[in-house]
Amino acid sequence: MSVSDARRVLEAVWRIESARLVAGLARLVRDVGLAEELAQDTLVIALEQWQRDGVPDDPGPWLRATARHRAIDVLRRRRKYAEKLALLSRDAEWREDGVEDELDDHIGDDLLRLIFTAAHPALSAESQIALTLRLLGGLSTAEIARAFLIPEPTAAQRIVRAKRTLAAAGVRFEMPTPAETAERLGTVLSVLYLIFNEGYSATSGADWTQPALCREAMRLGRVLAGLLPGEAEVHGLVALMELQASRLPARTGAGGRPVLLGDQDRLRWDRLLIRRGLAALDRAEGLGGGPYTLQAAIAACHARAHRAQDTDWTRIAALYEVLAYLRPTPVVRLNQAVAVGKAGNPARALTIVDALPAMRDYPQLPAVRGELLFLLGRPAEARAEYARAAAMTRNESERELYSRAAFSKSGNGRPG
Amino acid sequence: MRYLTLLRAKPSTTPPPPELMAAIMALGEDATKAGALLDTAGLEPSATGARVALTAGELAATDGPFAESKEVISYAIYEVASKQEAVEWASRFLRAHRDLWPGWEGEVDVLKLFG
Repeated sequence: MSVSDARRVLEAVWRIESARLVAGLARLVRDVGLAEELAQDTLVIALEQWQRDGVPDDPGPWLRATARHRAIDVLRRRRKYAEKLALLSRDAEWREDGVEDELDDHIGDDLLRLIFTAAHPALSAESQIALTLRLLGGLSTAEIARAFLIPEPTAAQRIVRAKRTLAAAGVRFEMPTPAETAERLGTVLSVLYLIFNEGYSATSGADWTQPALCREAMRLGRVLAGLLPGEAEVHGLVALMELQASRLPARTGAGGRPVLLGDQDRLRWDRLLIRRGLAALDRAEGLGGGPYTLQAAIAACHARAHRAQDTDWTRIAALYEVLAYLRPTPVVRLNQAVAVGKAGNPARALTIVDALPAMRDYPQLPAVRGELLFLLGRPAEARAEYARAAAMTRNESERELYSRAAFSKSGNGRPG
Repeated sequence: MRYLTLLRAKPSTTPPPPELMAAIMALGEDATKAGALLDTAGLEPSATGARVALTAGELAATDGPFAESKEVISYAIYEVASKQEAVEWASRFLRAHRDLWPGWEGEVDVLKLFG
């Protein structure tokens, strides 16, 4: 086995095992930051040994055993240190219960704790995202930097700062209390959806989408659904992501140009993701649903329409009505307006849009106004709105799309 | 990236050991919970299937079994970050066979889907 083979195998096995390693280590050493460092040590040891002696027959258990030994070393050193200082007060007590377990003995609970810790409310949203990708996704700092188009030192800084914040806040590696669970789960879901959306609609840069980030968010969503099969909104979010991602192959045209939902070649939609998304939506609705489930139900209306003109806009508008009741955010209202317009009532749609507060740096607002004004036969005002949208967006592909609409006869410059 | 894996093996006269079936179920659950396994199913022997062929402009449908020495036994679709990751899942599958069904031989084709 060559050196590069060992590295390739390790990268693959690492992707499968790293979250479980970090989670199991965190249970042993009671410190996520330290657990992550021990996991990195394990990675280094594996690379050295595998390159020298060859890849072990079953690499997963090898990594777990090696990581566990590293943890036990640390715990022993900690105990000796504590003994030397005779600091055996209750607070300084080392914990060595559980070291006789294998690392993956409590893996479901450990992974959940890790997910909740990475998305801890003491952290900023960007730290939650970076730490989730790092600890759960096993992404390297370089990969995180690439995904968010930030310099590598910035990404490294975010992770270091996040770990320091957790330590300073005295965050323990444990499950939220039953009273906090709903809110904490809401944060976890929003972190995953932010990651997905960063991939689905890159906020900056030349590329319209970053499918790898979407896939990672979906993967983490599936992991969470496996851990919390009774939570409606986990399935709702998985359904939403899978149904939206089913359109990824059709959303980009020649030269990386965005293709609008109504113009997409629906034969290119990903049937497997649609099938999985609809099944996840069924589970979510059966468990009671919620805002993500509603959004998934809306996405399902598109997925079920074989042609754009078959879309059930009346149903979509009704679903948005309910969603706007649960989540009266400007973005939901704006989408509701789009659906109401498509369902044949652009005048009412425009009143919804005009009742919205000013949304700075939100190019979709003028774009939607433009579309509705075109529908209402006011093309001059419509083009002006599209020009505003084009001036506002930071995404180059989107700017091109809006600019084209600003000079077109019929408008229609809203991405799908 | 997405991979289709096809497991092929010689038809066996004995059923697989129950421990192997349990290990296969556990592995499938593991891969599903890891977010990697999107779809999988076992396949009945080709005797219950058929083959439709186009030869020299002629369409012909023939009932199974097919003449190959190995039968396709199951398929799986994985969403992974690299070919090696799909190879690792396939290897775990074969390791379970090696450890729990002595003498069994087979192979997994790991095929990348377009897109």
